[in-house]
Amino acid sequence: MSDLTASGDGADRRKAIVNLLARNGILIAFAAFMIGFTLANERFLSFDNVLGVVRSSAILGVIALGVTFVVISGNLDLSVGSMMSFSTIVMLDLHDKLGPALAIPVMFAMTMALGALIGFLVGYLKLNSLIVTLGMLSAIHGLTLTYSGGKNMDIADKEGTWFSVFGQGAVFGIPVPVVIFFGLAAVLSLLLARTAFGRKVYAVGGNGVAATFSGIPRARVVFFTYLISSFCVAMAGLLQASRSLGSQNTVGQGLELDVLAAVILGGASLLGGSGTVFKTVIGVLILGFITNGLLLVGLQFYVQYVVTWVIIILAVWLDVAAKRGRLWSPIA
Amino acid sequence: MNNETLKSFIGKGAIWGFIILELIFFSVAGEFFSLSDKAFMDWDNMLLLFKQSAPIGIIALGMTIIMINGNIDLSVGATFALCAVVMLDSMTWEVFAGLGDWVIPVAWALALITGMVLGLINGLIVWKTGVDAFIVTLGSMLGFRGLVFMYNGENPTSHLNWTLVDMAEASVLGIETPTIIFVVCTIIIWLLMTRTVHGRNAYAVGNNREAAVNAGIRVGPHMVWNFVLIGFLAALSSVVFYSSSGSVNPNDGTLYELWVITAVVLGGTKLTGGSGSVISTFGGVLAIQLLRKGLGHIGADTAMVNLVIGLILIAVLFLDQQLNRKGKEELKV
Repeated sequence: MSDLTASGDGADRRKAIVNLLARNGILIAFAAFMIGFTLANERFLSFDNVLGVVRSSAILGVIALGVTFVVISGNLDLSVGSMMSFSTIVMLDLHDKLGPALAIPVMFAMTMALGALIGFLVGYLKLNSLIVTLGMLSAIHGLTLTYSGGKNMDIADKEGTWFSVFGQGAVFGIPVPVVIFFGLAAVLSLLLARTAFGRKVYAVGGNGVAATFSGIPRARVVFFTYLISSFCVAMAGLLQASRSLGSQNTVGQGLELDVLAAVILGGASLLGGSGTVFKTVIGVLILGFITNGLLLVGLQFYVQYVVTWVIIILAVWLDVAAKRGRLWSPIA
Repeated sequence: MNNETLKSFIGKGAIWGFIILELIFFSVAGEFFSLSDKAFMDWDNMLLLFKQSAPIGIIALGMTIIMINGNIDLSVGATFALCAVVMLDSMTWEVFAGLGDWVIPVAWALALITGMVLGLINGLIVWKTGVDAFIVTLGSMLGFRGLVFMYNGENPTSHLNWTLVDMAEASVLGIETPTIIFVVCTIIIWLLMTRTVHGRNAYAVGNNREAAVNAGIRVGPHMVWNFVLIGFLAALSSVVFYSSSGSVNPNDGTLYELWVITAVVLGGTKLTGGSGSVISTFGGVLAIQLLRKGLGHIGADTAMVNLVIGLILIAVLFLDQQLNRKGKEELKV
C-alpha cells in the first residue's frame, strides 16, 4: 500500500516521480517497448518495417482521430465499425455507378449524414451516447446489408481505375494512407489545440454544466464532434475501399472497440475533458507495433490481445493513480 | 391514479406491452406475408423462442445486476467462449479418462469455475485499481479472447459426447433444458435482487456510491461478488449452449456483450445505475428474440432485423427520457 500523500521530502520526490511517470507513462512504455523489440529483432526498427506498421495502422488510426474528439467531449462512439463497413460498401458500389470522382463526395455526404443523425440524437436530444451508438451499430449494419443485398461488393475494372491510388499509391516512397493519416492528424491536432472550437470540446467534456453557463452551445459542439468522427470514418472507408477494391459487408466489424482501446491507451479519459490528437496517434502506433513486434519474434497474432489487455489496464491505472495521489483505490 | 404513478406504471409495464404488441403484429402480419402455413403463435414456436433466448438471457440476468451497480461488463462474450473451450477440452484430458460419463459434471464444474475466476479477475481489478469497469472489461474482452485463441490456435475445439447431448436436449413436458435453466435462473436472481440484503445493497451502490459507503456497505467486495456472479452466469450460458452443439470456434460469442446490453436496456435498466429489474430484463430478452423470429416469420432478412432492433433501442431511450426525466434535467438550455 503506497500512500503518496504522506508528508516529507522523500514522499514529495516520490510523488513527483510517480506523477511524471503517469503523465508520460504512455511515451515511456512506448520507448521501452521499441527498445525491447529492437534488441530482440534487428529488423524491427528498419525503415521498411516501421513504414509497414504505420501503413497497416492507418485505417484504425484515421478513425481513432475522430473518436478522440467524441471521447474528449465526454461521449462514446460505438458505431464507427459498422459505419466504416457502410462507407466502404457505398464507395465500391458508387465507384462503378458514378465514377470515382463523383462517388467520393457522395460517399462522404452519405456517411456524414449518419454522423449528423447521431450528433443530433446525442447533442440536441441529449440521449445517452453509449446506447444511441450501440443502436446505430446495429441499424447501420442493417442499412449496409440492405444496400448491398448481403453480397460482397467489387469494382468491375480493378486494373484500370486510378481510384487505387489512395490505398496503394505512394508519394516520394511514403504510402498514401500514411500521408493521409499524418496529414489528418496534423489538421485535427491544430483544430483541437489551437482553435476556439477545440477549447469548447474540452470545456463540454470537462464540465458540461459549467460550459453551458459560460455560454458554450453544448449541443452544437457535441453535434460537430460526431460530424468530425463520421468524416474520419468516411476517410477510413475510402482508404479501405481503395486498398482492397472489393469488400465484405462486415469489413469494419469489431473495429469500434479496437479504436476505443487505442484512444484510451493514448490517455483520453472516458469521462471526457482530457486527451490529445498526438497521444491518440501514439496509442494507435503502440497497438500497431505490439502486433508487429510480437509477430516478428515469432508469436501468433492473438498474443497481442493479452498484451494489449495488460497494457491498457496498467496505462489507465497509472493515470487514475496519479490523479488521486495513491496507487490503490480507496474504496472499502 | 395521479400522473406520476401512471408514468411509473407505463414505465414498468412498457416491455410487456411491447411484447404483446409484437405478438399481435406478427400474428396478423404473418397471415399475409408468411411463407409458412403455421401460425406465429404456435405452441412449438413459442417453446423454441424461449430455448433460443436462453444463452443471451442467462447472461443478461447477470448484466442487469452489474448495470444496477452502475458498472458494465463487456467481456461476457469472451468469457462465454473460453468456458466452452474449457468444458469441451477437459472431457478429453487423460486425467479424467477413467471417469466414463462422470466426466460430464467435472467438465461442467471446470467451466463454471473458469467463468467465476474470470469474473473475479475483472472484479478485483475494478475494486483495487479504481479504473472504470467499462475500461477494465474492454481490456479483458480482448485479453480473454486472446486466451481463447492461445488455447487451441485458430482451430475449433470440439468434442461430441452423446450422453451430454441427450442431457442437453432432454425435456420435461416438452420444455427443454435450456428453457428450464433460463427460467430457474431468472427466479433465483429475482429473489436475490428483491428479497436479500445483497440485492438491496446493489441498488444502493448504484444509486449513490458515496451514501452506500457511508451507510457501511463494503462497496468493493460487493461489486466483486457481482462480477463473479456474471462470470458464473456467462459460464452457465456457455455450458447450456455447448453441451448440445459440442463444438466451439474461437470467435464464438463475439458481439454477445452488445446483444446482452441491448436486451437489458430494452428491459428498462438504466446505464447510470440504481434502477432496473430482473423480470423486465427477462421481458427485454424475449422481446428481442420475438422481434428476430417475428421478422423472420414475415419474410424479412437479417438486415431488417438489425435495422429494426437498432432503431427500437434508440426509440426506447427517447421515450424513456420523455416519460421519466422531463423536468429533472439539471439545466435547460
